[in-house]
Amino acid sequence: MCSAMKHGSGAELNADDWKIGSVIQAQNLDLTFQTNDGPVHALKDVSLEIGKGEFVSFIGPSGCGKTTFLRCIAGLETPTGGEISVNGMTPDEARKARAYGYVFQAAGLYPWRTIGGNVRLPLEIMGFSKAEQNERVARVLELVDLAGFDKKFPWQLSGGMQQRASIARALAFDADILLMDEPFGALDEIVRDHLNEQLLALWAQTEKTIGFVTHSIPEAVYLSTKIVVMSPRPGRITDVIDSPLPKERPLDIRDSKAFIDIAHRVRDGLRAGHQDD
Amino acid sequence: MKSAGPVLVVITAILALWYLAAVPMNVKEVLTQAERAGAIVDPPSAVERRDTARLPLVMRNPELLGASWSMERARLPAPHQVAQELWASTWDEEVNGRRGIVRSGSLSNRSLVYHGGVTLGATFLGFLIGAGLGVLLAIGIVYSRVMDMSVMPWAIISQTIPIVALAPMIIVVLYSVGLPSLFAKAVISAYLSFFPVVVGMVKGLRSPDAMQLDLMRTYNASGSQSFWKLRLPASVPYLFASLKIGIAASLVGAIVGELPVQRGGLGARMLGGSYYGQTEQIWAALFVAAAMAALLVWFIGWVERRTLTAMGVPQ
Repeated sequence: MCSAMKHGSGAELNADDWKIGSVIQAQNLDLTFQTNDGPVHALKDVSLEIGKGEFVSFIGPSGCGKTTFLRCIAGLETPTGGEISVNGMTPDEARKARAYGYVFQAAGLYPWRTIGGNVRLPLEIMGFSKAEQNERVARVLELVDLAGFDKKFPWQLSGGMQQRASIARALAFDADILLMDEPFGALDEIVRDHLNEQLLALWAQTEKTIGFVTHSIPEAVYLSTKIVVMSPRPGRITDVIDSPLPKERPLDIRDSKAFIDIAHRVRDGLRAGHQDD
Repeated sequence: MKSAGPVLVVITAILALWYLAAVPMNVKEVLTQAERAGAIVDPPSAVERRDTARLPLVMRNPELLGASWSMERARLPAPHQVAQELWASTWDEEVNGRRGIVRSGSLSNRSLVYHGGVTLGATFLGFLIGAGLGVLLAIGIVYSRVMDMSVMPWAIISQTIPIVALAPMIIVVLYSVGLPSLFAKAVISAYLSFFPVVVGMVKGLRSPDAMQLDLMRTYNASGSQSFWKLRLPASVPYLFASLKIGIAASLVGAIVGELPVQRGGLGARMLGGSYYGQTEQIWAALFVAAAMAALLVWFIGWVERRTLTAMGVPQ
Protein backbone atom coordinates (compact mmCIF):
# COMPACT_ATOMS: atom_id res chain seq x y z
CA MET A 1 0.00 0.00 0.00
CA CYS A 2 1.10 3.56 -0.40
CA SER A 3 2.64 5.38 2.50
CA ALA A 4 -0.44 7.41 3.27
CA MET A 5 -2.42 4.33 4.18
CA LYS A 6 -0.16 3.69 7.15
CA HIS A 7 -1.79 6.61 8.90
CA GLY A 8 -4.84 4.48 8.74
CA SER A 9 -7.55 6.94 7.84
CA GLY A 10 -9.33 8.94 5.24
CA ALA A 11 -8.55 11.12 2.28
CA GLU A 12 -7.98 14.39 4.11
CA LEU A 13 -4.96 12.99 5.90
CA ASN A 14 -3.57 11.69 2.65
CA ALA A 15 -3.80 15.06 1.04
CA ASP A 16 -1.15 16.54 3.35
CA ASP A 17 0.97 13.48 3.45
CA TRP A 18 1.17 12.95 -0.23
CA LYS A 19 4.10 13.25 -2.43
CA ILE A 20 3.22 16.50 -4.14
CA GLY A 21 1.44 16.07 -7.41
CA SER A 22 1.28 12.30 -7.71
CA VAL A 23 -2.28 11.16 -8.32
CA ILE A 24 -1.89 7.64 -9.63
CA GLN A 25 0.89 5.29 -8.65
CA ALA A 26 1.29 1.76 -9.95
CA GLN A 27 4.04 -0.54 -8.70
CA ASN A 28 4.86 -3.84 -10.46
CA LEU A 29 1.26 -4.33 -11.46
CA ASP A 30 0.34 -7.78 -12.72
CA LEU A 31 -2.97 -8.97 -14.06
CA THR A 32 -3.58 -12.46 -15.35
CA PHE A 33 -6.95 -13.52 -16.71
CA GLN A 34 -7.81 -17.17 -16.36
CA THR A 35 -9.48 -18.21 -19.60
CA ASN A 36 -10.46 -21.53 -21.07
CA ASP A 37 -7.34 -21.43 -23.24
CA GLY A 38 -5.13 -20.97 -20.21
CA PRO A 39 -3.90 -17.84 -18.43
CA VAL A 40 -3.56 -14.57 -20.35
CA HIS A 41 -1.04 -12.06 -19.05
CA ALA A 42 -2.88 -8.85 -19.66
CA LEU A 43 -0.40 -6.81 -17.60
CA LYS A 44 3.07 -7.72 -16.45
CA ASP A 45 5.21 -5.70 -14.10
CA VAL A 46 3.68 -2.34 -14.96
CA SER A 47 4.99 0.58 -12.92
CA LEU A 48 3.90 4.13 -13.59
CA GLU A 49 3.38 7.39 -11.79
CA ILE A 50 0.94 10.00 -13.00
CA GLY A 51 1.16 13.51 -11.61
CA LYS A 52 -1.68 15.89 -10.94
CA GLY A 53 -2.91 17.70 -14.00
CA GLU A 54 -1.00 15.50 -16.41
CA PHE A 55 -2.42 14.34 -19.72
CA VAL A 56 -1.21 10.77 -20.15
CA SER A 57 -1.79 8.75 -23.30
CA PHE A 58 -1.51 5.00 -23.44
CA ILE A 59 -0.67 3.77 -26.89
CA GLY A 60 0.00 0.32 -28.26
CA PRO A 61 -1.42 -2.42 -30.45
CA SER A 62 -4.51 -4.41 -29.51
CA GLY A 63 -3.96 -6.68 -26.56
CA CYS A 64 -1.16 -4.63 -25.04
CA GLY A 65 -3.18 -4.04 -21.91
CA LYS A 66 -3.70 -0.30 -22.25
CA THR A 67 -7.44 -0.54 -21.68
CA THR A 68 -6.90 -3.09 -18.93
CA PHE A 69 -4.51 -0.74 -17.17
CA LEU A 70 -7.06 2.07 -17.40
CA ARG A 71 -9.68 -0.26 -15.98
CA CYS A 72 -7.32 -1.14 -13.13
CA ILE A 73 -6.97 2.54 -12.30
CA ALA A 74 -10.75 2.78 -12.36
CA GLY A 75 -11.23 -0.21 -10.10
CA LEU A 76 -13.12 -2.06 -12.82
CA GLU A 77 -10.47 -4.80 -12.86
CA THR A 78 -8.60 -6.16 -9.88
CA PRO A 79 -4.87 -6.70 -10.41
CA THR A 80 -3.52 -10.10 -9.45
CA GLY A 81 -0.22 -8.67 -8.26
CA GLY A 82 1.55 -5.41 -7.47
CA GLU A 83 0.13 -2.25 -5.99
CA ILE A 84 -1.84 0.65 -7.32
CA SER A 85 -3.15 3.73 -5.59
CA VAL A 86 -5.39 6.52 -6.79
CA ASN A 87 -5.47 9.72 -4.76
CA GLY A 88 -3.76 7.71 -2.03
CA MET A 89 -6.60 5.20 -1.93
CA THR A 90 -7.09 1.83 -3.52
CA PRO A 91 -8.84 2.09 -6.90
CA ASP A 92 -11.96 0.59 -5.37
CA GLU A 93 -12.05 3.19 -2.62
CA ALA A 94 -11.40 5.88 -5.21
CA ARG A 95 -14.27 4.53 -7.27
CA LYS A 96 -16.54 4.66 -4.26
CA ALA A 97 -15.32 8.19 -3.53
CA ARG A 98 -16.26 8.99 -7.14
CA ALA A 99 -12.74 10.16 -7.88
CA TYR A 100 -12.94 9.78 -11.63
CA GLY A 101 -15.14 10.11 -14.65
CA TYR A 102 -14.88 7.40 -17.30
CA VAL A 103 -15.48 7.86 -21.01
CA PHE A 104 -15.89 4.69 -23.05
CA GLN A 105 -15.22 4.07 -26.71
CA ALA A 106 -18.92 4.23 -27.49
CA ALA A 107 -20.83 7.19 -26.15
CA GLY A 108 -23.25 4.78 -24.45
CA LEU A 109 -25.89 7.40 -23.91
CA TYR A 110 -29.21 6.02 -22.72
CA PRO A 111 -31.56 6.29 -25.68
CA TRP A 112 -34.53 6.88 -23.38
CA ARG A 113 -32.97 9.93 -21.79
CA THR A 114 -32.44 13.33 -23.36
CA ILE A 115 -28.90 14.69 -23.59
CA GLY A 116 -29.60 16.70 -20.45
CA GLY A 117 -31.05 13.61 -18.79
CA ASN A 118 -27.98 11.59 -19.67
CA VAL A 119 -25.61 14.17 -18.21
CA ARG A 120 -27.87 14.31 -15.17
CA LEU A 121 -27.67 10.54 -14.64
CA PRO A 122 -24.52 10.45 -12.46
CA LEU A 123 -25.78 13.49 -10.55
CA GLU A 124 -29.07 11.72 -9.75
CA ILE A 125 -27.20 8.63 -8.64
CA MET A 126 -24.88 10.66 -6.46
CA GLY A 127 -27.76 12.53 -4.89
CA PHE A 128 -27.14 16.10 -5.97
CA SER A 129 -30.01 18.50 -5.33
CA LYS A 130 -32.33 19.34 -8.19
CA ALA A 131 -31.07 22.91 -8.45
CA GLU A 132 -27.45 21.80 -8.39
CA GLN A 133 -28.20 19.17 -11.04
CA ASN A 134 -29.66 21.81 -13.35
CA GLU A 135 -26.76 24.17 -12.76
CA ARG A 136 -24.14 21.47 -13.41
CA VAL A 137 -25.85 20.07 -16.50
CA ALA A 138 -26.01 23.53 -18.02
CA ARG A 139 -22.38 24.21 -17.13
CA VAL A 140 -20.85 21.01 -18.54
CA LEU A 141 -22.97 21.10 -21.68
CA GLU A 142 -21.65 24.61 -22.21
CA LEU A 143 -18.14 23.26 -21.64
CA VAL A 144 -18.44 20.67 -24.44
CA ASP A 145 -20.22 23.12 -26.71
CA LEU A 146 -23.61 21.44 -26.51
CA ALA A 147 -25.59 24.20 -24.84
CA GLY A 148 -29.14 24.18 -26.17
CA PHE A 149 -29.09 20.45 -26.94
CA ASP A 150 -30.21 19.30 -23.52
CA LYS A 151 -33.76 18.54 -24.69
CA LYS A 152 -32.63 16.50 -27.70
CA PHE A 153 -32.50 12.73 -27.68
CA PRO A 154 -29.21 10.97 -28.49
CA TRP A 155 -30.37 9.70 -31.89
CA GLN A 156 -30.91 13.30 -32.96
CA LEU A 157 -27.17 14.03 -32.55
CA SER A 158 -24.15 13.10 -34.66
CA GLY A 159 -21.58 10.61 -33.37
CA GLY A 160 -19.14 13.36 -32.44
CA MET A 161 -21.81 15.28 -30.55
CA GLN A 162 -22.84 12.11 -28.72
CA GLN A 163 -19.26 11.52 -27.65
CA ARG A 164 -19.05 15.12 -26.44
CA ALA A 165 -22.22 14.55 -24.43
CA SER A 166 -20.64 11.48 -22.87
CA ILE A 167 -17.59 13.57 -21.92
CA ALA A 168 -19.94 16.11 -20.37
CA ARG A 169 -21.52 13.26 -18.43
CA ALA A 170 -18.10 12.25 -17.10
CA LEU A 171 -17.31 15.84 -16.16
CA ALA A 172 -20.63 16.58 -14.49
CA PHE A 173 -19.72 15.44 -10.98
CA ASP A 174 -16.33 17.15 -10.92
CA ALA A 175 -14.11 14.15 -10.50
CA ASP A 176 -10.51 15.32 -10.78
CA ILE A 177 -9.45 12.32 -12.85
CA LEU A 178 -10.83 11.74 -16.32
CA LEU A 179 -10.21 8.29 -17.81
CA MET A 180 -10.91 7.98 -21.53
CA ASP A 181 -10.82 4.67 -23.35
CA GLU A 182 -10.40 5.38 -27.06
CA PRO A 183 -13.16 7.95 -26.87
CA PHE A 184 -12.71 9.12 -30.46
CA GLY A 185 -11.80 5.76 -31.96
CA ALA A 186 -15.05 5.40 -33.86
CA LEU A 187 -15.10 8.92 -35.29
CA ASP A 188 -13.77 10.20 -38.58
CA GLU A 189 -10.51 12.10 -38.86
CA ILE A 190 -11.97 15.59 -39.19
CA VAL A 191 -14.35 15.26 -36.25
CA ARG A 192 -11.51 13.71 -34.32
CA ASP A 193 -9.18 16.67 -34.92
CA HIS A 194 -11.87 19.01 -33.81
CA LEU A 195 -12.62 17.05 -30.66
CA ASN A 196 -8.90 16.74 -29.85
CA GLU A 197 -8.60 20.50 -29.98
CA GLN A 198 -11.65 20.89 -27.79
CA LEU A 199 -10.37 18.31 -25.35
CA LEU A 200 -7.12 20.22 -24.91
CA ALA A 201 -9.04 23.41 -24.26
CA LEU A 202 -11.21 21.57 -21.77
CA TRP A 203 -8.18 20.14 -20.04
CA ALA A 204 -6.57 23.59 -19.77
CA GLN A 205 -9.80 24.97 -18.36
CA THR A 206 -10.55 22.26 -15.81
CA GLU A 207 -6.98 21.21 -14.89
CA LYS A 208 -8.01 17.60 -14.59
CA THR A 209 -5.69 14.64 -14.70
CA ILE A 210 -6.47 12.71 -17.86
CA GLY A 211 -5.68 9.12 -18.78
CA PHE A 212 -6.29 8.57 -22.47
CA VAL A 213 -6.13 5.30 -24.39
CA THR A 214 -5.60 5.53 -28.13
CA HIS A 215 -4.44 3.66 -31.23
CA SER A 216 -3.35 6.80 -33.00
CA ILE A 217 0.20 8.11 -32.75
CA PRO A 218 -0.61 11.69 -33.87
CA GLU A 219 -3.49 11.82 -31.40
CA ALA A 220 -1.28 10.64 -28.55
CA VAL A 221 1.53 13.08 -29.38
CA TYR A 222 -0.80 16.00 -29.96
CA LEU A 223 -2.69 15.61 -26.70
CA SER A 224 -0.27 14.33 -24.12
CA THR A 225 2.24 15.62 -21.65
CA LYS A 226 3.30 12.01 -21.15
CA ILE A 227 3.06 9.15 -23.63
CA VAL A 228 3.13 5.59 -22.37
CA VAL A 229 4.04 3.11 -25.10
CA MET A 230 2.89 -0.44 -24.41
CA SER A 231 3.33 -3.77 -26.13
CA PRO A 232 1.46 -7.04 -25.99
CA ARG A 233 1.99 -10.62 -24.76
CA PRO A 234 2.45 -9.93 -21.95
CA GLY A 235 1.07 -6.41 -21.73
CA ARG A 236 3.87 -4.15 -20.52
CA ILE A 237 5.28 -0.66 -20.76
CA THR A 238 8.13 -0.33 -23.24
CA ASP A 239 8.67 3.42 -23.15
CA VAL A 240 7.47 6.50 -21.27
CA ILE A 241 7.97 9.75 -23.13
CA ASP A 242 7.63 13.15 -21.47
CA SER A 243 6.49 15.50 -24.17
CA PRO A 244 8.51 18.70 -24.57
CA LEU A 245 5.65 20.33 -26.49
CA PRO A 246 4.22 23.51 -24.97
CA LYS A 247 0.84 23.42 -23.26
CA GLU A 248 -0.59 25.71 -25.89
CA ARG A 249 -0.99 23.52 -28.99
CA PRO A 250 -2.59 24.71 -32.19
CA LEU A 251 -3.39 21.94 -34.69
CA ASP A 252 -0.49 22.89 -36.95
CA ILE A 253 1.99 22.03 -34.21
CA ARG A 254 1.76 18.61 -35.79
CA ASP A 255 4.02 19.83 -38.59
CA SER A 256 6.74 21.00 -36.21
CA LYS A 257 10.02 19.12 -35.83
CA ALA A 258 9.54 18.51 -32.12
CA PHE A 259 6.19 16.85 -32.82
CA ILE A 260 7.60 14.65 -35.57
CA ASP A 261 10.53 13.62 -33.39
CA ILE A 262 8.25 12.44 -30.62
CA ALA A 263 6.06 10.62 -33.10
CA HIS A 264 9.18 8.84 -34.34
CA ARG A 265 10.15 7.82 -30.87
CA VAL A 266 6.66 6.46 -30.24
CA ARG A 267 6.75 4.54 -33.48
CA ASP A 268 10.15 3.10 -32.60
CA GLY A 269 8.83 2.05 -29.23
CA LEU A 270 5.87 0.31 -30.83
CA ARG A 271 8.13 -1.46 -33.31
CA ALA A 272 10.50 -2.61 -30.56
CA GLY A 273 7.54 -4.09 -28.71
CA HIS A 274 6.62 -6.07 -31.79
CA GLN A 275 10.05 -7.49 -32.49
CA ASP A 276 9.78 -10.32 -30.04
CA ASP A 277 6.59 -11.61 -31.67
CA MET B 1 -54.73 2.80 -45.84
CA LYS B 2 -52.19 1.52 -48.34
CA SER B 3 -52.54 -1.93 -46.80
CA ALA B 4 -56.28 -2.13 -47.48
CA GLY B 5 -55.81 -3.64 -50.96
CA PRO B 6 -53.78 -6.73 -50.02
CA VAL B 7 -55.92 -7.28 -46.91
CA LEU B 8 -59.08 -7.24 -49.02
CA VAL B 9 -57.55 -9.70 -51.48
CA VAL B 10 -56.68 -12.11 -48.70
CA ILE B 11 -60.11 -11.84 -47.10
CA THR B 12 -61.82 -12.41 -50.44
CA ALA B 13 -59.64 -15.45 -51.09
CA ILE B 14 -60.45 -16.88 -47.66
CA LEU B 15 -64.17 -16.33 -48.15
CA ALA B 16 -64.09 -17.92 -51.60
CA LEU B 17 -62.22 -20.92 -50.25
CA TRP B 18 -64.66 -21.17 -47.37
CA TYR B 19 -67.73 -21.17 -49.63
CA LEU B 20 -66.05 -23.74 -51.86
CA ALA B 21 -65.16 -25.97 -48.92
CA ALA B 22 -68.71 -25.81 -47.57
CA VAL B 23 -70.01 -27.76 -50.60
CA PRO B 24 -68.14 -31.06 -50.05
CA MET B 25 -68.28 -30.65 -46.26
CA ASN B 26 -72.06 -30.52 -46.26
CA VAL B 27 -72.78 -32.71 -49.28
CA LYS B 28 -74.07 -35.78 -47.43
CA GLU B 29 -76.65 -33.87 -45.40
CA VAL B 30 -77.61 -31.83 -48.44
CA LEU B 31 -78.26 -34.96 -50.48
CA THR B 32 -80.26 -36.58 -47.67
CA GLN B 33 -82.41 -33.49 -47.48
CA ALA B 34 -82.86 -33.45 -51.26
CA GLU B 35 -83.86 -37.10 -51.25
CA ARG B 36 -86.47 -36.43 -48.59
CA ALA B 37 -87.81 -33.65 -50.77
CA GLY B 38 -88.26 -36.15 -53.59
CA ALA B 39 -85.20 -35.65 -55.73
CA ILE B 40 -83.36 -38.58 -57.26
CA VAL B 41 -79.92 -38.87 -55.80
CA ASP B 42 -76.95 -40.78 -57.21
CA PRO B 43 -76.26 -43.25 -55.64
CA PRO B 44 -79.80 -43.73 -54.37
CA SER B 45 -79.02 -45.81 -51.31
CA ALA B 46 -78.10 -43.99 -48.11
CA VAL B 47 -75.71 -46.79 -47.13
CA GLU B 48 -73.87 -46.50 -50.41
CA ARG B 49 -73.66 -42.74 -50.01
CA ARG B 50 -72.22 -43.15 -46.55
CA ASP B 51 -69.36 -45.17 -48.01
CA THR B 52 -68.70 -42.81 -50.90
CA ALA B 53 -66.22 -40.00 -50.59
CA ARG B 54 -67.53 -36.45 -50.57
CA LEU B 55 -65.94 -35.19 -53.76
CA PRO B 56 -67.45 -37.91 -56.00
CA LEU B 57 -70.82 -37.19 -54.42
CA VAL B 58 -70.42 -33.55 -55.35
CA MET B 59 -69.43 -34.51 -58.92
CA ARG B 60 -72.32 -36.88 -59.39
CA ASN B 61 -75.06 -34.59 -58.05
CA PRO B 62 -74.12 -31.10 -59.21
CA GLU B 63 -77.75 -30.00 -59.64
CA LEU B 64 -78.77 -30.90 -56.09
CA LEU B 65 -76.23 -28.80 -54.18
CA GLY B 66 -78.31 -25.63 -53.92
CA ALA B 67 -78.78 -25.98 -50.16
CA SER B 68 -75.05 -26.30 -49.36
CA TRP B 69 -74.83 -22.78 -48.02
CA SER B 70 -78.10 -22.65 -46.14
CA MET B 71 -78.16 -25.88 -44.15
CA GLU B 72 -79.24 -25.83 -40.57
CA ARG B 73 -76.60 -27.36 -38.34
CA ALA B 74 -74.23 -27.58 -41.26
CA ARG B 75 -70.95 -29.30 -40.77
CA LEU B 76 -69.34 -26.18 -42.11
CA PRO B 77 -71.72 -23.23 -42.07
CA ALA B 78 -71.18 -20.69 -44.84
CA PRO B 79 -69.65 -17.33 -43.90
CA HIS B 80 -72.93 -15.48 -44.25
CA GLN B 81 -74.60 -17.96 -41.90
CA VAL B 82 -71.91 -17.29 -39.32
CA ALA B 83 -72.32 -13.57 -39.89
CA GLN B 84 -76.08 -13.88 -39.33
CA GLU B 85 -75.47 -15.84 -36.15
CA LEU B 86 -72.98 -13.21 -35.02
CA TRP B 87 -75.53 -10.47 -35.61
CA ALA B 88 -78.34 -12.44 -33.99
CA SER B 89 -76.32 -13.27 -30.89
CA THR B 90 -74.94 -9.79 -30.35
CA TRP B 91 -76.92 -6.76 -31.51
CA ASP B 92 -80.22 -8.49 -32.24
CA GLU B 93 -80.23 -10.42 -28.97
CA GLU B 94 -79.37 -7.40 -26.83
CA VAL B 95 -81.51 -4.81 -28.57
CA ASN B 96 -84.57 -6.79 -29.66
CA GLY B 97 -84.42 -9.93 -27.54
CA ARG B 98 -86.60 -10.52 -24.48
CA ARG B 99 -83.52 -11.10 -22.33
CA GLY B 100 -81.48 -8.32 -23.95
CA ILE B 101 -80.13 -5.30 -22.16
CA VAL B 102 -82.69 -2.99 -23.72
CA ARG B 103 -85.72 -4.88 -22.37
CA SER B 104 -84.38 -6.55 -19.27
CA GLY B 105 -81.71 -4.09 -18.19
CA SER B 106 -79.00 -6.72 -18.07
CA LEU B 107 -76.99 -8.51 -20.73
CA SER B 108 -78.60 -11.63 -22.13
CA ASN B 109 -76.91 -14.90 -21.23
CA ARG B 110 -77.48 -15.95 -24.81
CA SER B 111 -75.51 -13.11 -26.26
CA LEU B 112 -71.87 -13.13 -27.18
CA VAL B 113 -71.54 -9.69 -25.62
CA TYR B 114 -72.23 -11.24 -22.25
CA HIS B 115 -70.02 -14.28 -22.84
CA GLY B 116 -67.25 -12.16 -24.33
CA GLY B 117 -67.37 -9.98 -21.23
CA VAL B 118 -67.07 -13.02 -18.96
CA THR B 119 -64.04 -14.22 -20.89
CA LEU B 120 -62.52 -10.76 -20.98
CA GLY B 121 -62.74 -10.45 -17.19
CA ALA B 122 -60.88 -13.71 -16.68
CA THR B 123 -58.39 -12.73 -19.38
CA PHE B 124 -57.56 -9.43 -17.71
CA LEU B 125 -57.27 -10.88 -14.24
CA GLY B 126 -55.13 -13.74 -15.53
CA PHE B 127 -52.98 -11.37 -17.56
CA LEU B 128 -52.37 -9.13 -14.57
CA ILE B 129 -51.39 -12.09 -12.41
CA GLY B 130 -49.31 -13.67 -15.18
CA ALA B 131 -47.51 -10.51 -16.26
CA GLY B 132 -46.84 -9.48 -12.67
CA LEU B 133 -45.56 -12.91 -11.78
CA GLY B 134 -43.49 -13.00 -14.97
CA VAL B 135 -41.80 -9.67 -14.22
CA LEU B 136 -41.06 -10.67 -10.62
CA LEU B 137 -39.66 -14.04 -11.66
CA ALA B 138 -37.52 -12.36 -14.32
CA ILE B 139 -36.08 -9.95 -11.76
CA GLY B 140 -35.33 -12.90 -9.49
CA ILE B 141 -33.73 -14.84 -12.30
CA VAL B 142 -31.54 -11.92 -13.36
CA TYR B 143 -30.39 -11.06 -9.85
CA SER B 144 -30.14 -14.48 -8.26
CA ARG B 145 -28.05 -17.26 -9.70
CA VAL B 146 -29.95 -19.77 -7.61
CA MET B 147 -33.23 -18.67 -9.17
CA ASP B 148 -31.66 -18.62 -12.60
CA MET B 149 -30.66 -22.26 -12.19
CA SER B 150 -33.86 -23.40 -10.49
CA VAL B 151 -36.81 -21.42 -11.84
CA MET B 152 -36.05 -21.31 -15.55
CA PRO B 153 -36.14 -25.09 -16.17
CA TRP B 154 -39.45 -25.35 -14.32
CA ALA B 155 -40.89 -22.46 -16.26
CA ILE B 156 -39.96 -24.24 -19.48
CA ILE B 157 -41.33 -27.57 -18.27
CA SER B 158 -44.56 -25.89 -17.22
CA GLN B 159 -45.16 -24.89 -20.82
CA THR B 160 -44.70 -28.40 -22.18
CA ILE B 161 -47.69 -29.73 -20.24
CA PRO B 162 -50.83 -29.50 -22.40
CA ILE B 163 -53.00 -26.89 -20.78
CA VAL B 164 -56.15 -28.74 -21.82
CA ALA B 165 -55.08 -31.64 -19.63
CA LEU B 166 -54.09 -29.45 -16.75
CA ALA B 167 -57.02 -27.05 -16.76
CA PRO B 168 -59.68 -29.40 -15.32
CA MET B 169 -57.37 -30.31 -12.45
CA ILE B 170 -56.67 -26.70 -11.61
CA ILE B 171 -60.37 -25.95 -11.70
CA VAL B 172 -61.32 -28.90 -9.53
CA VAL B 173 -58.63 -28.08 -6.97
CA LEU B 174 -59.45 -24.39 -6.80
CA TYR B 175 -63.19 -25.08 -6.77
CA SER B 176 -62.85 -27.48 -3.86
CA VAL B 177 -60.85 -24.86 -1.98
CA GLY B 178 -63.84 -22.59 -2.47
CA LEU B 179 -62.44 -20.03 -4.90
CA PRO B 180 -64.78 -18.53 -7.50
CA SER B 181 -64.56 -19.87 -11.05
CA LEU B 182 -63.31 -16.49 -12.27
CA PHE B 183 -60.20 -17.01 -10.22
CA ALA B 184 -59.71 -20.55 -11.49
CA LYS B 185 -59.92 -19.33 -15.07
CA ALA B 186 -57.54 -16.48 -14.29
CA VAL B 187 -55.03 -18.94 -12.87
CA ILE B 188 -55.05 -20.95 -16.11
CA SER B 189 -54.80 -17.71 -18.01
CA ALA B 190 -51.84 -16.62 -15.89
CA TYR B 191 -50.26 -20.04 -16.32
CA LEU B 192 -50.09 -19.45 -20.06
CA SER B 193 -49.16 -15.77 -20.00
CA PHE B 194 -46.38 -15.63 -17.42
CA PHE B 195 -43.94 -17.58 -19.57
CA PRO B 196 -43.45 -15.19 -22.49
CA VAL B 197 -43.18 -12.35 -19.98
CA VAL B 198 -40.46 -14.16 -18.03
CA VAL B 199 -38.47 -14.95 -21.15
CA GLY B 200 -38.78 -11.46 -22.64
CA MET B 201 -38.16 -9.68 -19.37
CA VAL B 202 -35.05 -11.73 -18.55
CA LYS B 203 -33.67 -10.86 -21.95
CA GLY B 204 -34.64 -7.23 -21.48
CA LEU B 205 -33.14 -6.90 -18.02
CA ARG B 206 -29.94 -8.46 -19.33
CA SER B 207 -29.85 -6.26 -22.43
CA PRO B 208 -27.60 -3.48 -21.04
CA ASP B 209 -24.09 -4.30 -22.25
CA ALA B 210 -20.97 -4.58 -20.11
CA MET B 211 -20.04 -1.01 -20.87
CA GLN B 212 -23.29 0.39 -19.54
CA LEU B 213 -22.98 -1.71 -16.41
CA ASP B 214 -19.37 -0.55 -15.97
CA LEU B 215 -20.55 3.01 -16.30
CA MET B 216 -22.92 2.42 -13.39
CA ARG B 217 -20.02 0.98 -11.41
CA THR B 218 -17.88 4.05 -12.02
CA TYR B 219 -20.69 6.08 -10.47
CA ASN B 220 -20.68 3.63 -7.57
CA ALA B 221 -24.42 3.18 -8.19
CA SER B 222 -26.30 0.87 -5.84
CA GLY B 223 -28.05 -2.23 -7.10
CA SER B 224 -31.46 -0.61 -6.96
CA GLN B 225 -30.17 2.47 -8.79
CA SER B 226 -28.81 0.34 -11.64
CA PHE B 227 -32.11 -1.48 -11.70
CA TRP B 228 -34.38 1.55 -11.86
CA LYS B 229 -32.17 3.74 -14.01
CA LEU B 230 -30.64 1.20 -16.37
CA ARG B 231 -32.02 -2.32 -16.42
CA LEU B 232 -35.71 -1.52 -16.14
CA PRO B 233 -35.87 1.20 -18.81
CA ALA B 234 -33.68 -0.93 -21.09
CA SER B 235 -36.12 -3.82 -20.74
CA VAL B 236 -39.24 -1.88 -21.75
CA PRO B 237 -39.19 -2.74 -25.49
CA TYR B 238 -38.71 -6.44 -24.62
CA LEU B 239 -41.47 -6.26 -22.04
CA PHE B 240 -44.02 -4.99 -24.54
CA ALA B 241 -43.15 -7.62 -27.10
CA SER B 242 -43.78 -10.24 -24.41
CA LEU B 243 -46.95 -8.60 -23.17
CA LYS B 244 -48.44 -8.84 -26.67
CA ILE B 245 -47.85 -12.58 -26.72
CA GLY B 246 -48.88 -12.84 -23.09
CA ILE B 247 -52.27 -11.20 -23.47
CA ALA B 248 -53.18 -13.38 -26.44
CA ALA B 249 -52.10 -16.43 -24.43
CA SER B 250 -54.22 -15.15 -21.52
CA LEU B 251 -57.29 -15.13 -23.73
CA VAL B 252 -56.61 -18.68 -24.86
CA GLY B 253 -56.14 -19.69 -21.22
CA ALA B 254 -59.41 -18.10 -20.17
CA ILE B 255 -61.28 -19.89 -22.96
CA VAL B 256 -59.68 -23.23 -22.13
CA GLY B 257 -60.60 -22.62 -18.49
CA GLU B 258 -64.21 -22.09 -19.49
CA LEU B 259 -64.54 -25.42 -21.27
CA PRO B 260 -64.95 -27.53 -18.12
CA VAL B 261 -66.61 -24.82 -16.01
CA GLN B 262 -69.65 -24.14 -18.20
CA ARG B 263 -70.59 -20.98 -16.35
CA GLY B 264 -70.57 -18.66 -19.31
CA GLY B 265 -67.79 -17.29 -21.42
CA LEU B 266 -66.77 -17.90 -25.00
CA GLY B 267 -65.28 -21.29 -24.11
CA ALA B 268 -68.57 -22.45 -22.64
CA ARG B 269 -70.34 -21.14 -25.70
CA MET B 270 -68.05 -23.09 -28.04
CA LEU B 271 -68.42 -26.31 -26.11
CA GLY B 272 -72.20 -25.81 -25.85
CA GLY B 273 -72.32 -25.32 -29.61
CA SER B 274 -70.46 -28.55 -30.21
CA TYR B 275 -72.73 -30.49 -27.78
CA TYR B 276 -75.82 -29.48 -29.68
CA GLY B 277 -74.41 -29.43 -33.19
CA GLN B 278 -74.76 -25.64 -33.32
CA THR B 279 -71.76 -25.13 -35.56
CA GLU B 280 -72.72 -21.54 -36.32
CA GLN B 281 -72.59 -20.82 -32.63
CA ILE B 282 -69.07 -22.27 -32.40
CA TRP B 283 -67.89 -20.24 -35.34
CA ALA B 284 -69.48 -17.07 -34.07
CA ALA B 285 -67.84 -17.50 -30.67
CA LEU B 286 -64.56 -18.21 -32.41
CA PHE B 287 -64.79 -15.00 -34.37
CA VAL B 288 -65.58 -12.98 -31.30
CA ALA B 289 -62.57 -14.55 -29.57
CA ALA B 290 -60.34 -13.75 -32.55
CA ALA B 291 -61.59 -10.18 -32.69
CA MET B 292 -61.00 -9.79 -28.96
CA ALA B 293 -57.47 -11.14 -29.26
CA ALA B 294 -56.74 -8.73 -32.10
CA LEU B 295 -58.15 -5.86 -30.07
CA LEU B 296 -56.15 -6.77 -26.98
CA VAL B 297 -52.90 -7.08 -28.91
CA TRP B 298 -53.64 -3.80 -30.65
CA PHE B 299 -54.26 -2.17 -27.28
CA ILE B 300 -50.90 -3.33 -25.92
CA GLY B 301 -49.29 -2.08 -29.12
CA TRP B 302 -50.95 1.29 -28.60
CA VAL B 303 -49.68 1.55 -25.04
CA GLU B 304 -46.25 0.47 -26.32
CA ARG B 305 -46.17 3.21 -28.94
CA ARG B 306 -47.20 5.81 -26.39
CA THR B 307 -44.62 4.64 -23.89
CA LEU B 308 -41.75 4.41 -26.37
CA THR B 309 -42.56 7.83 -27.78
CA ALA B 310 -42.45 9.23 -24.27
CA MET B 311 -39.10 7.47 -23.86
CA GLY B 312 -37.74 9.27 -26.88
CA VAL B 313 -37.64 6.39 -29.35
CA PRO B 314 -38.05 7.74 -32.88
CA GLN B 315 -41.25 6.43 -34.47
